[in-house]
Amino acid sequence: MLRLDGVSKTYRAGAFGGRHLTAVRDVSIELRPGEMVSLIGESGSGKTTIGRMVLRLTSVSGGAITFDGDDISTLEGRRLKEYRRCVQGVFQDPFSSYNPVFKADRVFSMLRTNFFPGVPDAEWRHRVEDALISVRLHPDAVLNRYPHQLSGGQLQRLLIARALLLDIKVLVADEIISMLDASTRIDVLNLLGDLKDRGLAILFITHDLALGNYISDQTVILRRGQIVESGVTERVFTNPLHPYTRQLLTSVPQLHRNWSDIDTALAVAPGRCAYHTQGGPTDGRQLAEAEPDHLVACLATGGNTSCPDG
Amino acid sequence: MSLTVTGLKVYYRTLRGDVKALDDVTFSLADGEIMGLAGESGCGKTTLGKSLIRLDGRMRHAGGSVELNGVELPIGEDARMTEFRYGDVSLIPQYGMSALNPTRKIGRMIRELLESRGIRYATIRPELEHRLALVGLDDGVLDRYPMELSGGMKQRAVMVISTLLNPSLLIADEITSALDVSTQRAVAEALVGFRDHGFVDSMIVITHDVSLVYQIADTIMVMYAGKLAEKAPAEVLVSSPRHPYTQQLISALPEVGVRYQGKRLSGIPGSPPTLLDPPAGCRFRDRCPLAFDRCVEEPPFVETEAGHFVACWKVG
Repeated sequence: MLRLDGVSKTYRAGAFGGRHLTAVRDVSIELRPGEMVSLIGESGSGKTTIGRMVLRLTSVSGGAITFDGDDISTLEGRRLKEYRRCVQGVFQDPFSSYNPVFKADRVFSMLRTNFFPGVPDAEWRHRVEDALISVRLHPDAVLNRYPHQLSGGQLQRLLIARALLLDIKVLVADEIISMLDASTRIDVLNLLGDLKDRGLAILFITHDLALGNYISDQTVILRRGQIVESGVTERVFTNPLHPYTRQLLTSVPQLHRNWSDIDTALAVAPGRCAYHTQGGPTDGRQLAEAEPDHLVACLATGGNTSCPDG
Repeated sequence: MSLTVTGLKVYYRTLRGDVKALDDVTFSLADGEIMGLAGESGCGKTTLGKSLIRLDGRMRHAGGSVELNGVELPIGEDARMTEFRYGDVSLIPQYGMSALNPTRKIGRMIRELLESRGIRYATIRPELEHRLALVGLDDGVLDRYPMELSGGMKQRAVMVISTLLNPSLLIADEITSALDVSTQRAVAEALVGFRDHGFVDSMIVITHDVSLVYQIADTIMVMYAGKLAEKAPAEVLVSSPRHPYTQQLISALPEVGVRYQGKRLSGIPGSPPTLLDPPAGCRFRDRCPLAFDRCVEEPPFVETEAGHFVACWKVG
């Protein structure tokens, strides 16, 4: 449904824009209805830039993002609005998504003036309440309140409810639970799981491997703007092939397992470079299929490590 | 016994009355102990850390005492605390790495700091270089400005600065939360190294991430709404927690390997009570599945097994 084909993003950097900085390089991802893809990377890996390009908040420098076959960078006017009706985002800091001067439910009325001017009052109230109930908020507890009167988890769920009012097909969730407390974050995460089961495609951007692993169907690991490994979540996590993925997995603090235990478990020397052993460089693609639904880049991708076979 | 805190109460003054951020907290810390202090936002963990070193203008010492190595800390008196700060009690504040003076090179900043304590920079310089090397920094960082260093490098520099005078108690407040996972591990392990090298006697590591302190701490203490809920050796607290809040908190954490389809985790419904006028009795009782009549009385924080303290009527 939503496809990223060899997408790149280059920023001009330096005092006079003389230098170029590649934030995202040749990234291809496909989002299908009812599927959650988690985009995992450290700071500076380009994960947020990808989310912003999908939302058309940032332009694409190379490659194309298509939605149902249409290149989204060509959309304008009515068709762009139609795209926004289908694709929405929720971001990291719920407090900065609201104007503290106005009540929090203003996000709903703004949506109504922009997208649903013809809907009668009673009908609209009904729709808002439905959306709130589907994100497990009690309408009386959240409507008519100012942002500071609500908790981070409630505000974040209000934003998801706002996106749902638009009858969206794709949700870009950029670090939406990293600001929430442990006791509420799992509820927001389960909510995403339920929405996915109802047919929504979700791009879940996170730096937390445990969260990505818990909820997503597909996992994409990014490093310095490039995909180093991607595929079905279980395969990527149980059989990490790229040294960078292994390094991430050994650094995540886990409960019930010490760092030293994890080191020994993952210490097995990474095998040969799946990319080069399959004669990768000839067909120009950046990723080679190591096993079904599990792609890995050359071991040297992203710097530091060298490739034994390249 | 390196640190003993008895009945400590610290309130925040507001126009609507006192916010009881820390209400009757009693615990002790052994020599060489690294204690993880975990809890949700607003539970008072940062207030506890700050009250051991410096109360800011809004905070009021409402009762209780703090004793470090047999000497009582005058925590309510700002001026008298000065002689204990840095040398005896040191703090790595939350966002400490963003608080470095951008107009000073790291080396000059350290020189000024030491001179303010009456210590000559030259005498401590060899030790400083040794410690920088221990956390994986070369002495070149001393000639750099903070903006020339990455987040992880700044955080490690701050750690070295904070422990330069071998404090007996170090409070580390959320020192890894702004870092990437791989840097996070290096910083956390450097912290353990400081204890092992004897730079600090004991440590309180404040964090919202139980799985991180599980990796480095000897004991973990969990706070809830200004009160202590449970303290136990790290392994015990994670594998067999006894307080219902700790149990629910631990079971709400997704681990690598746990999947939504296989094992659906659940959060804790409800939210903590406001600390402006907290209800009497157990503060967790509104969210607690085990709550019964007696919970309107306040449960004492008692030792149920050696080293395992719990504040719950259903336990012990």
